[in-house]
Amino acid sequence: MPDQLLFAIEVTMNGLMAGVLYALVALGFVLIFKASGIFNYAQGVMALFAAMTLVGIQNGQVPFAHLINAVFGTEVHHFGWHVPAILAILLTACVMVLFAWIVERYVLKHLVGQPDIILFMATIGLAYFMEGFGDLMWGADIKKLDVGLPQGGSFWLEENTAWLGGEGFYGFFIDKLDMVATVVAAILVASLVAFSQYTKQGRAMRAVADDHQAALSVGVSLRFIWVLVWSLAGFVALVAGIMWGAKSGVQFSLSLIALKALPVLMLGGFTSIPGAIVGGLIIGVGEKLFEFLIGAPFLGGATENWFAYMLALLFLVFRPQGLFGEKIIERV
Amino acid sequence: MLYREAGDFKTSYQKDSQTFPLKFDRMGYWTVMVVAFLVVPFVINDYWANAVAVPFLIYAIAALGLNILTGYAGQVSLGTGGFMAVGAYACYKLMTMFPEVSMLVHVVLAGGITALVGVLFGLPSLRIKGFYLAVATLAAQFFLVWLFNKVPWFYNYSASGQINAPERTVFGIIVTGPNTEAWAKYLFCLIFVVVLAWIARNLTRGMTGRKWMAIRDMDIAAEIIGVNPLMAKLTAFAVSSFFVGIAGALFFSIYLGAAEVGEAFGIQKSFLILFMIIIGGLGSIFGSFAGAAFMVLMPVFLKNVLVGGLGWPTDLAAHLEFIIVGGLIVVFLILEPHGLAQLWRLTKEKLRLWPFPH
Repeated sequence: MPDQLLFAIEVTMNGLMAGVLYALVALGFVLIFKASGIFNYAQGVMALFAAMTLVGIQNGQVPFAHLINAVFGTEVHHFGWHVPAILAILLTACVMVLFAWIVERYVLKHLVGQPDIILFMATIGLAYFMEGFGDLMWGADIKKLDVGLPQGGSFWLEENTAWLGGEGFYGFFIDKLDMVATVVAAILVASLVAFSQYTKQGRAMRAVADDHQAALSVGVSLRFIWVLVWSLAGFVALVAGIMWGAKSGVQFSLSLIALKALPVLMLGGFTSIPGAIVGGLIIGVGEKLFEFLIGAPFLGGATENWFAYMLALLFLVFRPQGLFGEKIIERV
Repeated sequence: MLYREAGDFKTSYQKDSQTFPLKFDRMGYWTVMVVAFLVVPFVINDYWANAVAVPFLIYAIAALGLNILTGYAGQVSLGTGGFMAVGAYACYKLMTMFPEVSMLVHVVLAGGITALVGVLFGLPSLRIKGFYLAVATLAAQFFLVWLFNKVPWFYNYSASGQINAPERTVFGIIVTGPNTEAWAKYLFCLIFVVVLAWIARNLTRGMTGRKWMAIRDMDIAAEIIGVNPLMAKLTAFAVSSFFVGIAGALFFSIYLGAAEVGEAFGIQKSFLILFMIIIGGLGSIFGSFAGAAFMVLMPVFLKNVLVGGLGWPTDLAAHLEFIIVGGLIVVFLILEPHGLAQLWRLTKEKLRLWPFPH
């Protein structure tokens, strides 16, 4: 096979893996949007916050250490213990549930019945709040997240595919972490689908997504479902935060993946879980291939910054509800 | 007791439809004008101009622009930073191409160029609505920033990739570059603010503004009563981008002096201006000013209190600023979704009845 084609295949595979990570973030959006009609901009910051909390708990950091030191003139930094990864993940999940409860109790409850755009803006405010709060709690420095996931390229794959090409080709390079992320994402989606199909709470969740008032009238507690959904979204954010954090460190830019998830949602449609996955894959592959074939050689590179948005924009002009979204019907 | 209509008789339609129907308001307005034009320029120093007055005036223009698009026409935009960048780079290119021409012309032309770009990115709004449009405007934001980073022609092939404002004048007075006097910066921005606010006020209460509001309230119904959605949406994008472009041009040339596109006009700027109009009040001219003032003054205030007063490290103050801004936005949306402007309106209503509220 010609090398150029092999490189293109490699780029495609890496794009697929990146797409899975986008889809992970988009999944959190879809969950909340379906259940409450809220477009949760804070999803990216939730991922960042979850990852920060995980690292903080794991390393035994003292929360608000910086603030305490500034106010009382003390010198506290760490408790001096290390929490095992599994326990830390569980604790972080608890923190995210607590967060979901607080959001429902103090924000959402008061905004019932407001226009969608107000709710959207409230989540932007929430995102700012959490960003500052996370930094204040755990410090703003870049942290290394290590929960024992494999890192680096897969040598096995590289060695066993090198024969495909000529001199300049050294086999497919795929990050092991990306493979793990793919598997985790698959498990997560499968369990989410199973949860919403086969459990009582899952069915209640779908009922709320379908029609708030009808769900209320048959005795589904809207507020409980909202807490549940935000907790689930927090859990998805935790998983996404672990994956992205292990890949590129826990830092502010992590919260920007939320922006990358937006075009994914627009492509896939806001209301569809399969849409989030397919949209993520299309965007992941699309932007990597575009960068490889057109961006880097002709446009000076870094086209990944805007390609996804442009693709989504063009796509929406022809199909405003996205690939799998419900058809938008307007009545006067 | 002064604040009421009683005794303030209107004898013509013109008087009946004036912006400030109460004599007290009119007096207040002219007092503000006199102070702004005749007192402040003589007392302003570099600190007040650079930290408070100039950013406030420039953000007020940007907030007016976004408020026209989002508050009046109902089209949510997250591309304000990108459009400000268009204004800044257009202004820079014009400044370096035609050094002899007055800055006034450059800034207005930069606004015009931004209006054209705005219309181009406004075209999808005919098909896309609501959130989808908000996300679509992100395409403008990221694409424009990328464009100004990657095409060296825009920054005149400078090695650093930055744009630097050369010294330019208006009627012989230096308004850009390092040798500018504080009062010149201030007055130059103030003139733009007053003229643009006047334009915005009169556009929004005229036919154009009513069309925008009809589209905002329900676009299908608006179309049925004869509002052309194409024209209404595109004029909203054009006027809004014109304002935002002027704000961008001033932000770069007067306030910053040197700008790097990703840093000065990134997505954060778009959100900042969106917050201004939410906190100030959507669909209100006064709200644009109030929001801009609030978002400019609050960091200055926090910094003075926390860093200057309590001696905390600056990064803590920065984190707290995030928390407070985010918290305030949520609180505002819960308590008063119509922002500071609504509070102001309520105050005025109360004042009118004071001291006998029944």
